[in-house]
Amino acid sequence: MTAVRPEEDRLATIGAVQRTPQRGATRPPAARTIIVTAVLALVAVYFLVPVYWVVVAASKSTEDLFTTNGFWFAGFQLFENVGQVFAFDDGIFVRWFFNSLLYAGGGALVATYLAAAGGYALAVYDFKGRDLVFGLILGGVLVPGTATALPLFLMFSNLGLTDSYLGVLLPSFVSPFGFFLCRIFAGAVVPASLVESARLDGAGELRIFHTFGLRMMVPALVTVFLFQFVGIWNNYLLPLIMLADEQLYPITVGLVNWRAQTDRLPEFYELTTAGVLVSVVPLVVLMVVLQRFWRGGLTEGSVKG
Amino acid sequence: MSAPAAPAARSTGARPAVSRRRPARADHAQRRAPWLLLAPFLVLFALTFVLPIVYAVGQSFTRVERQGLFGEDGITSRFAGLDNYERALGDPAFVDSIWRVLLFGVVQVPVMIVAVTILALLLESASAKWPAFFRAAYFAPYGIPGVIASILWSFLYLPGFSPIVAGLQALGFAPDFLGPQTVLWSIANIVTWSYAGYNMLIVIAQLKAIPGEVYEAAKVDGAGPFRLAWSVQLPLIRPALVLTTVFSIIGTLQLFAEPQVMRAVSPAIDVKYTPNFAAYSSAFSYNDYGVAAAQAVVIALAAFVLSFVFLRLVSRRDS
Repeated sequence: MTAVRPEEDRLATIGAVQRTPQRGATRPPAARTIIVTAVLALVAVYFLVPVYWVVVAASKSTEDLFTTNGFWFAGFQLFENVGQVFAFDDGIFVRWFFNSLLYAGGGALVATYLAAAGGYALAVYDFKGRDLVFGLILGGVLVPGTATALPLFLMFSNLGLTDSYLGVLLPSFVSPFGFFLCRIFAGAVVPASLVESARLDGAGELRIFHTFGLRMMVPALVTVFLFQFVGIWNNYLLPLIMLADEQLYPITVGLVNWRAQTDRLPEFYELTTAGVLVSVVPLVVLMVVLQRFWRGGLTEGSVKG
Repeated sequence: MSAPAAPAARSTGARPAVSRRRPARADHAQRRAPWLLLAPFLVLFALTFVLPIVYAVGQSFTRVERQGLFGEDGITSRFAGLDNYERALGDPAFVDSIWRVLLFGVVQVPVMIVAVTILALLLESASAKWPAFFRAAYFAPYGIPGVIASILWSFLYLPGFSPIVAGLQALGFAPDFLGPQTVLWSIANIVTWSYAGYNMLIVIAQLKAIPGEVYEAAKVDGAGPFRLAWSVQLPLIRPALVLTTVFSIIGTLQLFAEPQVMRAVSPAIDVKYTPNFAAYSSAFSYNDYGVAAAQAVVIALAAFVLSFVFLRLVSRRDS
């Protein structure tokens, strides 16, 4: 796994350092390794137990959910349950899933492009009002997302944009944090000499951005995309406020609706747990596989300054 | 200093000016280009950030009056001065909710940041086995939306359903995760579970940025692992700790999804349990947009002031 590599490099350097001066203390004592690893394993149990529980719960019948040990399997029927989740109410869950994918994927794609263009503009051009623009957008980073959700709804309802895909997508197109990352990254990787020589070759300004700028900014763009994707995927308040039509719900709002029905209809326990499992798996896999990119981008944001 | 403040300093180190002698047409294109590139972002930023804030502030000073029993004779809005703010802050439930999240923040944020720092230091120490696996395990919950994490944990808190409650009862304890005294900390647990891994990655990123020579020098000076962590690593990862703390403070003031979902299992949670929940309820349960706007403005101001005060406190210690 590539994610491990820099780690090994670092450990190697420390190892080398330790070897040279005093020969005695090369390796940490075995007792310390055992204690540290035991602590880390205990913490891992805390983070993983709820996920494990969902897997177990999603494989049970409603009856077994209440009568058997919650941490152990009984009457394994995971596939029937998942099948039920997909089939329920003419496949509404599948629709929610694709809605989430549309909001998060489409929103993050546009947001990344817009942040890249803006960040590049601030980094490459020197123009009047540049600092003002940057300060304004930086302020946006500190504005709580939920503070704007309510007034956005009131504004959008005057414009007739509520209860539509655009009502959720338009606010998702804007990522001040992504803009900030792109600005820093473009400043570091796009050389002025390259822009200048492309100009001498007769390339237009927008063309230079699209052919050179975007390509050089790819590492930052991946990070911005991931942040925005997860941010939108996890968002609950905005779609909850904006949408009334069940057909437009993302997975978060839909599952809370199912959860709310468990009080009256116990079979919703089974639907909800299996639905939670299905919705959690792809993102957790994505998180773990793409860990490397998260780190790269975070370093860009938090350490560069 | 925190990351957001840094680039301002960077941007003053302007790029080398573009060459002086060039045709007027090209000059014009170069003056126009940045605005062309910025325009789509700025338009949407204005629509979804600036205007809503202006609108919310305007709304918070407005009273809507309905003529007739159901407003059938028309609706008029007029300037209400500070009425909405008076009503918002005169509601003891809303004031209580502010104190509640402050108490939450004072306990949960430091606990989480300290835990995250210890975990990051352990993971980056030479004593840890399988660091990549542990890192992935801790980070995984970040991919689970807050509401879904809340659904999950609400099941795990529920007596008669949760294996954790059953296990504790079998051991002779009588856990009550949903009572009026405890449910706030049950929510704190959900928040910590969701965000600890993410914050840990930020701290680890900064730990990795410490150059090898620093470790070398510490080693030559004979520093043990504790000494190394306390006097070398901690001071160097301060920017990451400040950043994660500020984001956690902002997050605390925004608490909404967790209490809203937990309300289904805990009668101790009312519709004004957190400030954000109160604002939501004012708007959608009571149709009182003026008060809801005033509450939203109060929350945003509080987030801003708290972050600012914290940054000031931290930077004063520097000088």
